Amino acid sequence: MKPAVLRRHSPWAPWIFAAPFVLVFGTFVAWPLLQSLLLSFQQTYGPRHAVFIGGGNFRHLLDDPLFWTALRNTATYAGGFVFLMVPLSLGLALLLDRPGLRGRALFRLVFFAPSLVGMVFVAMIFFLLFQIRTGLIDSLLHALFPAFDPEFPWMQDYVMTSLIVASLWMYVGLNMVYFLAALQNVPTELLDAANMDGAGPWQRFRHVILPEIRPVAGFVVLLSVIGSFQLFELPWVMFDNSAGPNNHGLTVVMYLYKSGFIVGDLGYASAIGWLLALLLIVAAWVQRRLARAEEEAS
Amino acid sequence: MNGPFRRLALAPVYVVLTLCAVVMALPFAWIVTSSLKTKQDFFTSRFLPAGDGFLGVAWDRLTLANYTQLFTQLGIPRALLNSLFYASVTSVLATLCCAMGGYALAKYEFRGRGLLTAIVLAALIIPPPLLLAPGYKLLWQLGLLNSYAGLILPALTPAFGVFLFRQAMLNGVPSELIDAARIDGAGEGRIFFTVALPLVRPMMGAFLLITFVGAWNNFIGPQVILQTPELFPLSVALNNLKGVYGTEYGLITAGTVVSVAPVMCLFLLLQREFISGLTAGAVKG
Repeated sequence: MKPAVLRRHSPWAPWIFAAPFVLVFGTFVAWPLLQSLLLSFQQTYGPRHAVFIGGGNFRHLLDDPLFWTALRNTATYAGGFVFLMVPLSLGLALLLDRPGLRGRALFRLVFFAPSLVGMVFVAMIFFLLFQIRTGLIDSLLHALFPAFDPEFPWMQDYVMTSLIVASLWMYVGLNMVYFLAALQNVPTELLDAANMDGAGPWQRFRHVILPEIRPVAGFVVLLSVIGSFQLFELPWVMFDNSAGPNNHGLTVVMYLYKSGFIVGDLGYASAIGWLLALLLIVAAWVQRRLARAEEEAS
Repeated sequence: MNGPFRRLALAPVYVVLTLCAVVMALPFAWIVTSSLKTKQDFFTSRFLPAGDGFLGVAWDRLTLANYTQLFTQLGIPRALLNSLFYASVTSVLATLCCAMGGYALAKYEFRGRGLLTAIVLAALIIPPPLLLAPGYKLLWQLGLLNSYAGLILPALTPAFGVFLFRQAMLNGVPSELIDAARIDGAGEGRIFFTVALPLVRPMMGAFLLITFVGAWNNFIGPQVILQTPELFPLSVALNNLKGVYGTEYGLITAGTVVSVAPVMCLFLLLQREFISGLTAGAVKG
């Protein structure tokens, strides 16, 4: 008897499965991407009218003080947020990873829950929490520490601090989950060996745990930087659809949104979009280079 | 270390964790209690109004008036239905489309597969705001502005979804099983639905939830694409409500509770899927 011949599938089969991706990507990603390249060399008034102005948008952007304000604010926010978030998330993960700890699932649930609240709703909640005197933060801090000013002007004078505090509440638990997963992958033999050698908690962390979780830490930092540079809803909703007092809450994506959809210049908005994309690609490239250098060094 | 000693050593850990948990939970508690208070009680009590009821709380002063007003006068039921429709349709269709794409890349050998995989990987780094202005122009050209089609169609095949399903299919669906089904005479579509999909069910559940929550919480998309107030989902409707009733804290908190509670219930029911979905991307990435 002949061996059973494997029935071949039609050459079209893979393309039928890939069709949704190919069609949607082609129509709603690749084509707009091309368009946005063209748009970035045009000045437009809404989608209807456009004038070709060459590199005018980019030249104007580099001289635009508002763009620099937006970039400086966004970078300050990203730096402050990531700098505080990593130790907090990692610290919570290390505490939750302690052997013999009970209620781990419950703690994880409470820490993780805020990350499911949308940025808009986080902005609503913190808009109320940060109210002078009536908000929970001023009133509770004053009750706990009488020296704390009950009229502390969070959203008036401490815009960046407010944005970072709200973001920490939202994201510390999410990144803690990533760190926790990484910690649970640290081989127990390594930890046991370190214990046998008489390593203290700090040495164990520094020489055993840290090298093992470094790839995940790099991933968390990169994702957080990329996400931070796209900040928009939080200040926009918190400051009543505005950039906040003295533009202290103006971010790059907010400036893009305002240029494209309030001023109506889709060309200028596209130019901002490309500069943002360039920045993020450079950030991703730097992170990969650092990770590779790290690997080669060890 | 023996048992009781170890438990004692954990005591400070419990203290720190409990303190952190309280801090994280306070905003939720404050929003929920504020939504149940009159304007007067909002200003005079921090959480629940003091009184001589059970636990020293004036339970009878709590009121559902804020919720009644939201639902009867301010058009929130419509926004709730819009959000429900938008998030369910997006998540179900996106899960199916991404699973199909991932299946094609993982389980077929065909010309163009390498290129397609490279495109998926390259698309991962496109920041969504870059597509905002040209995407708006395209939707205007297609006549899809101010419609849910304009909001849902572009969201059907996020690159990270196709990538996640490619990984899941590579690791979880043995090619021998597909070949065996072919020998048995099953068609390609049937193999996908009856052999491949059941094997990646955990990933389907996780991805479904993540895209549901993503669409539910999406603000910038509906804000840019939709213009008619009847079409607004909760995110946009609530922001407009805040613009009009900015100092009616009871209304705003009640609206926030209505917007956040469905996602929280989903999370409480399906925690494991949520967390496994998140870490699947991280560990592979």
